[in-house]
Amino acid sequence: MSDKLTDGDLRVALDGAVADPAWLAGAVHRVSESPAAIGALFPAAGRRCGRGPLPGGAPGLAGWTVDDAARVLLLTALPVRGPALAGEAGRLYRYGDAAEKRGVLRALPWLDIGAAGVELLDDAIRTNDPRLVAAAVGPYAVHLADPVWRQAVLKCVFMDIPLSLVSGLAGRADGELGRMLADLAAERRAAGRTLPADAAALQAGLTDAEEAG
Amino acid sequence: MRIFDPHIHMSSRTTDDYDRMAAAGVRALVEPAFWLGQPRTSAGSFTDYFDSLVGWEPFRASQFGIRHHCAIALNPKEANDPRCRDVLGLLPRYLAKDGVVAVGEVGYDSMTAAEDEAFAAQLALAAEHGLPALVHTPHRDKLRGTQRTLDVVKESGLGPGQVVVDHLNEVTVGLVADSGCWMGFSIYPGTKMSPARMAAILRQYGLSRMLVNSAADWGRSDPLLTLRTAEAMRAAGFTADQVDHVLWRNPVEFFGQSGRLDVSAAPEPATTFADNSIQRGGS
Repeated sequence: MSDKLTDGDLRVALDGAVADPAWLAGAVHRVSESPAAIGALFPAAGRRCGRGPLPGGAPGLAGWTVDDAARVLLLTALPVRGPALAGEAGRLYRYGDAAEKRGVLRALPWLDIGAAGVELLDDAIRTNDPRLVAAAVGPYAVHLADPVWRQAVLKCVFMDIPLSLVSGLAGRADGELGRMLADLAAERRAAGRTLPADAAALQAGLTDAEEAG
Repeated sequence: MRIFDPHIHMSSRTTDDYDRMAAAGVRALVEPAFWLGQPRTSAGSFTDYFDSLVGWEPFRASQFGIRHHCAIALNPKEANDPRCRDVLGLLPRYLAKDGVVAVGEVGYDSMTAAEDEAFAAQLALAAEHGLPALVHTPHRDKLRGTQRTLDVVKESGLGPGQVVVDHLNEVTVGLVADSGCWMGFSIYPGTKMSPARMAAILRQYGLSRMLVNSAADWGRSDPLLTLRTAEAMRAAGFTADQVDHVLWRNPVEFFGQSGRLDVSAAPEPATTFADNSIQRGGS
């Protein structure tokens, strides 16, 4: 569902929420005409547009901020595609601060780059910053191999990231993820601790499905 | 009491230090880029470090309600290594970031020609990006190094009010006071200033353009020496408002020149992410 969001959805969500809408419109226009301009405009998006939560977001925009959406518009305005676009997204991520990195991760499903951005997800999942890990388990995570994806879901549990932010969880969660969660639950019990409620519910559902199957 | 530590190397400190600092009243800090103790051998090592200053450290600080900002630069010591100098070309990318409120630490270590060149080039970058500069003064030949520093600042495109000359002491403070630059003091056991000596300098030179920092790093240092200095000021007869002037309003004024300083009350300590605590931070 969320991967069907369009630029139009972002513009609706941003309407009235951007501190300096003229700056954003101008920045999008400049990027569409001279792509190199994005290097200086991308970091400035937080200062010029605001960093608060994106109001009244569509379901696929839960947890998004105003600067996330502004940065996605900047990236989708680039007049390039394929490897050239993947390269620019990679450079913005490489030299981005945490907010810029998250902006690139948010944008990946919008970009015409196929699976070329998957290494950025790998990098984000290696961090210990929940803002980046949560952005990495969005719709673009369909490109992650199953073992990597299961590890990412488990890491969300460790970091108390709500599993509602994991895109397509219900359809993709499998018996192996259920086993991993059950093992984690056993380890927690031994230590006198519990699983977060959403993880416990997921594990119970997966175990039931296994037994029924 | 609210404290702004204008010079502390948090990437060398533990998360437990953030906890203790928050309890002591530290609400904001600036982490200038510096040497790691172990020499770097490539520009990539710098960019990973800069990434940490604009990514991981602000995140760690936010867990304790502390606003983290940084200063970015090629430090004087490593300006002498040709393998590291390529980083000068990458600095403009970082100087555009939200959390970057100054260029620093720049200045002299051994006063070589390579240091001269990197120092002047980075003061020019500061002017170009509308950022103030944080200038380190050398441990060895300090008085001479401070004089030479002030000469270079005078030649740069920065006004004296946009420059803090750091690690001063009783011997070097007078020169900098006369120059119009800001005066930085590191309260650091053994090698730099002590809280009681700091209070005496404030008594003699006044409170304006004065910045007091812990410069805590991987050495035998103490991130709470800003608080200890506040206590020494009170013991020496300064009022609570005068303590606030030096330990909060002065650094806000100096780094505020960047236009990027955000010292609004941080979200509740234990910043929540989508209704969830991020305190545990397991991997």
